[in-house]
Amino acid sequence: MNIYQEELLDHYENPSNYGTLPNPDISHEEDNPLCGDKIRIDLIVEDDTIKEVRFSGHGCTISLASASMLTEKIVGKSLEEVKKLSRDDILDMIGIPLGPVRVKCALLALKVLKAGAYGIKGWPGEEDE
Amino acid sequence: MHTSDFRPLDVQAIREDFPIFADTPPLAFLDSAASTQTPRPVVEAMDAYYDTYRSNIHRGIYRISEEATDQYEKARQKVAQLINAPRTSQIVFTRNTTESINLVAYSWGSMNIQQGDEIVLTDLEHHSNLVPWQLLAQRTGATLRFLEITDEGLLDFTQLRDVLSEKTKLVAITHVSNVLGTINPIQSVIDAAHAAGAKVIVDAAQSVPHFHVDVQQLDCDFLAFSGHKMCGPTGVGVLYGKLELLDEMPPFLGGGSMIRSVERDISTYADVPAKFEAGTPSIAEAIGLGATVDYITEAGLASIHVHEQELLKYAHERLQKIEGITIYGPAPHQKAGVVSFNIEGIHPHDVAGILDTHNVAIRAGHHCAQPLMKKLDVIATARASFYLYNTLEDVDRLHEGLQKAQTLMTRRNK
Repeated sequence: MNIYQEELLDHYENPSNYGTLPNPDISHEEDNPLCGDKIRIDLIVEDDTIKEVRFSGHGCTISLASASMLTEKIVGKSLEEVKKLSRDDILDMIGIPLGPVRVKCALLALKVLKAGAYGIKGWPGEEDE
Repeated sequence: MHTSDFRPLDVQAIREDFPIFADTPPLAFLDSAASTQTPRPVVEAMDAYYDTYRSNIHRGIYRISEEATDQYEKARQKVAQLINAPRTSQIVFTRNTTESINLVAYSWGSMNIQQGDEIVLTDLEHHSNLVPWQLLAQRTGATLRFLEITDEGLLDFTQLRDVLSEKTKLVAITHVSNVLGTINPIQSVIDAAHAAGAKVIVDAAQSVPHFHVDVQQLDCDFLAFSGHKMCGPTGVGVLYGKLELLDEMPPFLGGGSMIRSVERDISTYADVPAKFEAGTPSIAEAIGLGATVDYITEAGLASIHVHEQELLKYAHERLQKIEGITIYGPAPHQKAGVVSFNIEGIHPHDVAGILDTHNVAIRAGHHCAQPLMKKLDVIATARASFYLYNTLEDVDRLHEGLQKAQTLMTRRNK
């Protein structure tokens, strides 16, 4: 099994929730300096629950498909639940083995989302390892 | 030793020295500009050290330590001959090109660079020949100046006169660009720098493995390269320097082996090269590097260069026909065996990822040259690079893989 599976390519080709929101409650953007991929996530949050999400940016199949899948996953979830999402959640979601460089691509959207949820400038944690 | 007798490479015989190519179909390894494969004779030379005379060098008063010292120093002689250094003691073993350049930046830099001085670099530098000078400039208040490149990816030589001045103390320039393959006219740069009273350090990481480099002819002040980009092991690199400069320079790292005598408060230092080789060095790797020099000399550097040119021309011919491809840098005859490219609509990581599923290894990313990426107005490129073991079939496999990548990915751009 390789990383160029139909499901990932479908997300890359027709990403869910692609775009920006005019008045987001939370908006955060980060890049992966290794390859220049850049992802921004905008959120509308009501009563601590994510009502709407859009992502934008550019990147490879893995980083964009991961962002697309992640945005599908989080609508209706609380910020606390989002903060608990881990590297393994993302890798399970992708569902195929990735080498260490491509893991960084897969985790970029999560880093952006968590930094946004915590309201910090950049995600420092284990997601980058 | 540097015979001008040219004979074509026997690539099939060479490939038999590399067990990694034994599979069918073989790995198409097109990432030698990052690090090469290692032939059996080099591994065997290191094995012989570990199996039969493993010991520390220099002060051992027993047979196998003398043998280890002898082999370590013979490797130094071989490296000196490879680049035609006047004396063997002008070869300092380091960990890699990066460490060699840092050694000069700290040691020579601390004595010779002051506030207001200028260090001239180019837009083609690898981070290893840029960041150490940024650090030196921050420590001293010196200024960095840059020679730019033309749209073809060649050094803009017309700027040289404007950039060099009596303030210029050092020119740090790569011989061959690791991204574009551009072979810089370093002889002219060295001559012009010397006329302006500046010293020159050459980053030869991408040149010494691929064609004959003669430090006496170039008259460069320092030259740095790595073992692992020339079929040698990782963990050993080389700094060549002019003897009068090395003699005057203070030590870089302090410790064992680099001293003459040590008292509580003060020490005196050994002569070069020992002064710059503190601590137990990479003994097996240095011995392996000696075997590497034998290996590429036996193959013939002129033969290697001609072979790479053939691969390069063929790769340009084939890849140019791919729709939406941009190949960066100059024409094949102006560069070494490197092809950097992008295919419209496909991220370079995806290009490399899809090629990997076809057992073709290339690199994708910024290649440790972020300022150059900015100059080219790209975030990353895909890069194929060649060495003596590559074949025309490797290029065909690259081409085929790129076509498959395009079929897979371009449906997005309907």
